[in-house]
Formats: sequence, C-alpha cells, structure tokens
Amino acid sequence: MTASACAVELRDLRKSFGKTEIIRGANLVVRSGERVAVIGPNGAGKSTLFNLVSGRFGPSSGQILLNGERIDGMLPYEINRRGLARSFQITNIFGRLSVFENLRCGLLWSMGYRYAFWKFLASLTDANERAEQLLRMIRLEHKRETLAMNLTYAEQRALEIGITIAGGASVILLDEPTAGMSKSETARFIDLIREVTVGKTLLTVEHDMGVVFGLADKIAVLVYGEVIAFDTPDAVRANPRVQEAYLGSVLADAQAAGAARPTH
Amino acid sequence: MSTGVARAPIVAQGRQMPAGRLLVWGAFALVFAIAPQIFRSDFSVSILSQVAIAIVACLSYNMLLGQGGMLSFGHAVYSGLGTFVAVHAMLAIASGTLPVPTSLIPLVGGLAGMFFAVILGYVTTKKAGTPFAMITLGLGELVTAMALMIPEFFGGEGGVSANRSAGKGFLGITYGPQIQVYYLLALYAFVCTAAMFAFTRTPLGRMLNAVRDNPERVEFIGYSTQRVRFLSFIIAGFFAGIAGGMAALNFEIATAEVVGAGRSGLYLFFTFLGGATFFFGPIIGAVLMVLGFALFSEVTKAWQLYLGLIFLFMVMYAPGGIASLIMMNVRVAKYKKLHRLWGWYAGLAAASLVMLVGAAALIEMVYHLQLEGAGDPKLRYLWLTLDTHSALSWLGAAAVFAVGLAVLEVMRRRFAQAWGAIQAEIEAGMTFKEPSPAEASADLPEHAAAVAASAGKP
Repeated sequence: MTASACAVELRDLRKSFGKTEIIRGANLVVRSGERVAVIGPNGAGKSTLFNLVSGRFGPSSGQILLNGERIDGMLPYEINRRGLARSFQITNIFGRLSVFENLRCGLLWSMGYRYAFWKFLASLTDANERAEQLLRMIRLEHKRETLAMNLTYAEQRALEIGITIAGGASVILLDEPTAGMSKSETARFIDLIREVTVGKTLLTVEHDMGVVFGLADKIAVLVYGEVIAFDTPDAVRANPRVQEAYLGSVLADAQAAGAARPTH
Repeated sequence: MSTGVARAPIVAQGRQMPAGRLLVWGAFALVFAIAPQIFRSDFSVSILSQVAIAIVACLSYNMLLGQGGMLSFGHAVYSGLGTFVAVHAMLAIASGTLPVPTSLIPLVGGLAGMFFAVILGYVTTKKAGTPFAMITLGLGELVTAMALMIPEFFGGEGGVSANRSAGKGFLGITYGPQIQVYYLLALYAFVCTAAMFAFTRTPLGRMLNAVRDNPERVEFIGYSTQRVRFLSFIIAGFFAGIAGGMAALNFEIATAEVVGAGRSGLYLFFTFLGGATFFFGPIIGAVLMVLGFALFSEVTKAWQLYLGLIFLFMVMYAPGGIASLIMMNVRVAKYKKLHRLWGWYAGLAAASLVMLVGAAALIEMVYHLQLEGAGDPKLRYLWLTLDTHSALSWLGAAAVFAVGLAVLEVMRRRFAQAWGAIQAEIEAGMTFKEPSPAEASADLPEHAAAVAASAGKP
C-alpha cells in the first residue's frame, strides 16, 4: 500500500438516534499513515463517529470505507478482522485476567488461533512472544501477572492501548486515550502512543489541545455532526470558520499548551 | 507457566507440568483408585460411582457458569438426553443391533449431549445474561414436557430401563458387579476432568473467560461472542452428555426427572456451593451433592431446608463458594499467617455448632408437628427427647439458638477485623517485593482474581 492510499473514508455519513441526527453528512478522507485528531465541542458526535467506524452502531446512511472496502453495516469483529482496532473512552479491559492474558487475548485472532480448543495456549510460541513484546512496549513487564482490575488507572489506560494494538491492525482509533490522566502522565502517555502506533494510521478523539497539537499530523474539526475543517494543525488554528464555530477560547488554550509542547 | 514456556520453547505442546500440579493430578487419580478399597460396602461403591458422575456433570456446568458467565437453568437437558440416548443404546446393544462395547456407552451419551447442544445451543447462545438464562429455563421446560408427551422414546412415567451386563463381556468385565462399573466411571471422570482442565488452557477456553469478563471488548478484538459462547456450549453439552451416559450405565434407567428443572437446579446449586470461580470448585460441589442426598437425607426429613439455609449463607458470606474459602486460606498460609486464625476458626466453629444445635432443634420440632402432629408429640433429637407440647423444649431450643447466634455474630465481627488486618499486611508486603501470591495459580487467572476479590470480606 502506498503512502497516499486511503485508509479510512467517510462519504456523506449520517446517523440518527430517534429523531435526533447526530452525524449529519460527515465526509473525511484519512490517508494511510496519517495521524488525525478529531476535535469538536461536547455533543459534536466524535464518539458516535468512532462508534460508526468501528461498527458498534450501523450508520443511518452514507458509506464508510476501510482500505477501499465498504465496511458500513459490518459487525465490530468483522471490521476488526479487516485491520481496524479501537480503544474506549471508559477503560474496557478483561478485569479478571492478568495483564499478559489481556494482551494475548488481543492478538489470538490475528495470529490465526481463532476458536482453537485443540491447542494449548502455552504452546503458541509466536503468540506468547508477541504478547511479551507488547508487555514491554506498554511498559507493564513488572505487572505481568497482575489482574487487570488491580492496575492503577494509568496502567489500565496503557493496557487498553496494548489490547488495541495487539492484533496488529493498520488503523487505530483511540477514543480520548488520556482522559482523566494527570499532566505528567499525559506527556508520558503521548510518547507511548506515538511509539506503539509507528507506521499505522491513527485517529484519535482528544479534548486536551496540547495532546492534539503534539500528536496529530492533521486535525478534523467536527461540529454538529459535520466535518467543518480537515487540515494541518496550523491551518486549522488559522481557520476563521473553526474559530467561529468552536469558540476561540479552546484554541487559545491550545496555543498556550501548544507553545509548551515538547518538540519532535 | 508462560514464562517457563518462553524460556524453554523446545518442550512444546505446553505439556510440561510443574511438579506441584503433577502431584495434584496423581493424588486425584489415586483417590479414584483406592477409594473403593477403603469404603468397600456396596452402598459406598454406589455412592462413589455417583460422585464420579456428578463430578463430570458439575464441571461441565461450570464451563458455562464459572468460565463463561452463562447462568444456565437447563443444563440437565443435555445430561438427561445423554442418559436417554445411552439407555436406548444399551437396549440396542442387548438386542444385538448396535455393535458398540458397553464401555463406550458414556461416549454415546456425550455425542447425544453434543448433538442437542448444537441444535438447542444455537438458539440459547444467541443471547447472553438474563435472556440466556430465560431461554435455558424455557428449553428445560420444553424438553421436560416432551419427555412426557413422547412415551415411545422417553418411556412416560416409568422411564426406560436397560441392562448394562447384557452385552458380551470382555476379559471377564461384564459390568455386572458395581465395582467394575465404578472403575469405568472413575476412568471417565478422570479423563473428562483432565480434558476440561485442558480446555481452560486453550485459545477458546481463554476467550470464553474474556467473554465472561467483557463481552463488548471481545467483539472489537476479532471474536464473535456468540460463536465463542456457542462452541463452548457445545463442548459443555458434550461433557454433560458423558455424565448422562455414565448415569445410564450406573442406574440402568432413565426417567423424565433427569432432564427436569430440579436436576438443572442441583447442578447450579452445587457448582456454586463448591465454587464456580475455581476449576476444582465443582468437584467439591459434586461430592457434597452426592453425600448430601445419600447421607443427609437419612439423618433428617428436613434436609432440603438445611440445604437451602446453607446456600443462603454461602451466597451472603462466601459468594466464591467453598473453593474460594480454601484458596483464601491457602493464600494466608503462604504468607505464614494462618496460625493466627486457628483460634478464631475454633471459636467460630464452636459458636456455629451451638447456634446450629438450637436452630436444628427448632426446625425438627416444627417438622415433627407438621408431619406427625397427630401422633406422638415427643421426638428424639441428638441425645435428648424433645416434647413439641412443652414450652420448655421450645424455649430451651430458642435460647441455645439465640446464645449461639449472638456469640457467633460478635466473633464474626472481631474475626473480620483480624482477617482484614492480615490481608492488609499481605498487601503491604506485596508492594515491596511482589512475591506473586498467585504463583501456583498464575496461569489460571481466575484463582488470583477470586482470591483478590473476596479477600477483603470474609
């Protein structure tokens, strides 16, 4: 796949809950390898958009394409098998399994073990090695056997990312990955996200503008269910329509945070 | 375990066993082997045979309940239909139309259970949670009704009976004597237990745990939760059917009761009592189930009432079942703090005994009044004679009960503090050196989970 290939495309995507239309004709073309932050005011439909793309809900109308293939109306696991994985805003892990088991569950399907009940997990050398590798990537080696429910919040967020990337999906959706973290945790966490998503297409919903400008190549601004701008961070910042719709104050904060962000 | 594998991938197939586990399995096999040599009476051997059957049944039930979070009220459908098909297979063997050795009858039951689990399970496992439970309940009623509507297969009220020793004998094994049946059933129980334990170590077995913990997330890592539940349900149905086939061989009869809600309820009850969060919990439950029926029912007519009370107390105070009580104490013992609890346990046991003596006296007197009220007002109770017409008996029993209860409650509260202190010490110790309390159980994640979850509340 070439760098310019289209990883995710939304065509006039719409979603209504009852009579309320949340996504109102969203269009977006994310190229392979791009890091895109989706921003917008509360209730703009950011999480709904992720839920549509990942298959949690089916769209009311419109199309979603993953690597050129229509995926709208598919079930979450069908979409996942085609190379799209997502994390959740509210930590969504396997609480009564160990950290290692969590990661291994995340990669079993992609490594072809599927519903096998005639193989021992312990004998799946490749899966176990990959899980160990993931464990190091998310820096939880020392918590290998700890039950996921006994981890600290920040560790659970890291595990959440670990499970998401475990299957080797090429498109990663992160729904507010740093929500609820302290400033220092956030900074470290952004480094982690950047590290584990190298070479992947990344879409992230984020409220922290410091994170947005630190992480994203491009920003999509979602307001009332429409993508009103999709451009580089600087261009979006300068866009008068964005300033008007999404209040100058948020971006002012962002500029302050952006100025302080670590350079890469 | 997995670290060991990473270091030594040459020992492939995940077959290498830590010495401790080998010991446990060896002991398990040994118990099966020598139990009938110690308890030699016909009655004992019959009880032991039933234990073997119950172990397979309860373990297969726990595949759904403990490992998959599926609360089934109709598991007896699969063991029961296995029994019926197995009995018919025994009849066919006797008439010479089925060229299958009698030893394979449990397997016939297993295939039958699996067959029905494929058909009925497809509908059942479309749903999870409460709808799942409701469907199992409905299907249980459906099959029970059918058992009475189709006497050609189910034999109506009287059931269907067969003769296990009708087939050709093999090396003198005719399955005439109960002891021969016992050893066959014990072999099946051991192999099935090992197979079901192995299942917990496979990709499907682990994903079943994942579905239990967080079905939503499973859908986003490539798995269909329905498919995971369905496949596991079929496997559970297979083992339930084996238990049913074992029962056919043991009792040589199948009646409508074996597919009924009562039987399904017993599986749930005793699996929970034994402990659904640990693999070995249902084995304890199975032993209790058989002993409860065989022995308890001899001691008192009100035994089901006691069973209900025990269940109530377990749900309230030890929701992890007996297995979790054991594992919680094993954890304390690992940190060499168990000796501080012996005194408490002795005290709690004494207080419980006093309370129980009082409560049981009251219950027995009420039962006596209800059942034989018109006759003799006196009844034997332990070494005493109680008189249901005498205020002294009632007051005395009530007083013993009240004193026992009061002492028990006071002790329970103090014990909870002592227990909490020990847990706090263990937790504090862990943050320094991380001695992995779950070392022996690390590769069975439920262990540590259950221990940690219930550690705080004795």
